[in-house]
Amino acid sequence: MTTLPAVRFRNVSKLYPQARTGARGTFKALDDVSFDILPGEFFGLLGPNGAGKTTLISILAGLCRATGGTATVMGHDVLSDYVEARKRLGIVPQELVFDPFFSVRETLRIQSGYFGVRNNDAWIDEVLAELGLSDKANANMRQLSGGMKRRVLVAQALVHRPPVIVLDEPTAGVDVELRQTLWRFVARLNREGHTVLLTTHYLEEAEALCGRIAMLQQGKLKALDKTSALLAGRASTMLRFKTDDALPPALTPQARVTGRMVQVKAHDAAEVETLLSTLRGNGVKVEDLEIGRADLEDVFLEIMKGAPQEVAA
Amino acid sequence: MSRFTGAAPLFRKEVLRFWKVAFQTVAAPVLTAMLYLLIFGHVMDGTTKALPGVAYTSFLIPGLVMMSVLQNAFANSSSSLIQSKITGNLVFLLVTPLSHWAWFLAYVGASMVRGLVVGGGVLLVTVWFVPLRMAEPWWIITFAALGAGMLGSMGLIAGLWAEKFDQLAAFQNFIIMPMTFLSGVFYSVHSLPGVWQAVSHLNPFFYMIDGFRRGFFGASDASPWLSLAVVGIAFVVVALTALRLLATGYKLRS
Repeated sequence: MTTLPAVRFRNVSKLYPQARTGARGTFKALDDVSFDILPGEFFGLLGPNGAGKTTLISILAGLCRATGGTATVMGHDVLSDYVEARKRLGIVPQELVFDPFFSVRETLRIQSGYFGVRNNDAWIDEVLAELGLSDKANANMRQLSGGMKRRVLVAQALVHRPPVIVLDEPTAGVDVELRQTLWRFVARLNREGHTVLLTTHYLEEAEALCGRIAMLQQGKLKALDKTSALLAGRASTMLRFKTDDALPPALTPQARVTGRMVQVKAHDAAEVETLLSTLRGNGVKVEDLEIGRADLEDVFLEIMKGAPQEVAA
Repeated sequence: MSRFTGAAPLFRKEVLRFWKVAFQTVAAPVLTAMLYLLIFGHVMDGTTKALPGVAYTSFLIPGLVMMSVLQNAFANSSSSLIQSKITGNLVFLLVTPLSHWAWFLAYVGASMVRGLVVGGGVLLVTVWFVPLRMAEPWWIITFAALGAGMLGSMGLIAGLWAEKFDQLAAFQNFIIMPMTFLSGVFYSVHSLPGVWQAVSHLNPFFYMIDGFRRGFFGASDASPWLSLAVVGIAFVVVALTALRLLATGYKLRS
C-alpha cells in the first residue's frame, strides 16, 4: 500500500498578466513544478525573492489558482475538493496582518469556528501557552508588539489542529526568543506527526530543521533532495577568515564577503594551501582563520548560480 | 461539514465587529435620522402633500427608518469587506473551508442585524416626537427584512468589487444615495410631475419604502403586493449576483 503524500504538486504553473506593469504578455511565476511532501516530513521550500515560493503556497491554500497542473493536500484537490483540503491545512501567512476589532482569544475562537471546531478553549489555551501568549489572551490585537502579533498568526494557523502546517517566512523580523519558542513548538508538532512546510530566508534554520529541501528559482524547481544529500553532494571545504585588506583579484570572483568575514570554497587540502599561499603572497593579513564544511547557504548559492538540474519529483 | 459550516461564527464576528464600535455604527446614524426629522419635519410640515390624512412628520418617520435600515445594511457588509481586503486580514477567511453560501449568509445576516438595529433605534427615538400606529405590521417586518437583505447583498457586491475606499464611496454616493433619496423617503411620489412619477416607479427602493410605509398607515402609493413582487425579485437578483461573485472568487482569489 502506498502512502498518500501530505502535499502533492503536479506540473503546477502560474501565469500572471503583466498589464499592471505596463508590459504586454504574461509573467510566469511558476513553471511546471512537481514534487511531493510525505506525511510527517519537515520540508523546506527555499528560493530567492520572486522565486515563486509564496505563489506555490497560495495555490495550496486556495488564495490563487494555478494556470496549469494540480495541487492536493492529503489526497484532496485544492480546487475540486477544497473543503477537505483546507480543513487539513494551517497557513501562517508571510504578511503581519490582524483584525483590530478583537482580542487574541476572540480571534482564535472565531478562527476555530470557521473550521467547524467548537468548544476549543482547551487547545486554544495550550497553543497560547506554547507560544508564550497566555498573558495576552484578553489583549486587543492592536496592543500587541510585532513579535506578539506574529505569534498570534501562528496560533491562528494551528487552532484547528491541521495535519499539514505551512509556515511562510514565519521568523522574518522576529527576535531570538520567538524563534526558539516557535521552533520548539513546531518541532513538537512535527514529532507528533504533523507535516511541516517551511519557507524561509534563514538558511541555517532550514538546515537545522528540514529533512528535505526544494529550491525554486524563477518559478522552476532547481533542486530537491534530503538536506544531508544536498550538503554532501555539493559540499566543499570552506575557508573562512576575517580581514581588513582587499582580496587579491584572483580570489574576488569566488569569495563571499560579509563585512570583514570572507568565505572561499576549496575542494581539497591542496586547494586550501593554494588559497593561503595566494593570500600570503598578496600581503593579506587574516584573522580567525578556520576551515569548515560548506553549509546550506553555500549550497544554496551554488545551486542558484548553476544551470537547471534534473530533479526527481 | 455542510455548506453552511462556519457561517454562524462569521456572522457572530460580523455582528461583534459593528457592535464594538456601536457609537459610530448605531448611535451616529440614529442621531442623523433624528436631525433629518427635526429639520425637514419642522420646515415642511403642512407645506408638502403626503398620504391623505397623514401629517408630514408622521409620513416622514417610516421613510427615515427605512432609509437608515438600507444605508446601514449596505455600510456593514461593504465596509467590513473592504477593510479586510485593504488591511489583508481577509486571508484568515480565504484559507478556511467556508463555502460561498456561508460567506453570504454571514455577511448579509450581520448587515440585516445592523440595519434593523439602527432602524429600530431611529423608530424608538422619533416616536417620542410623533405618535405612530402600525396598521399592518407584517408589511413593516417584511419590507424591513427584504430591504436590509437586499442592501446587505449590494454591500457585499460593492465590497468585493471595490479595491480602494474611494471606489466604495463612489458606489455609495452615486448609486445607493440617489436611489434612496429619490425613492420617496421625504415625499409621496404622487406629488411629483408625471414623468418623475414614472421614473420613481423604476426604482426598486421606492417599492421598499412605500411597502414599509404601508405597514404604518395602511395606505401606500403602490399596491403592497406589487411592491413585494418588485422587492422580492430585486433581492433574488442581487443575492444571486453576490453568490456568483463569491463562488467564483471574484477579486478574492487571483
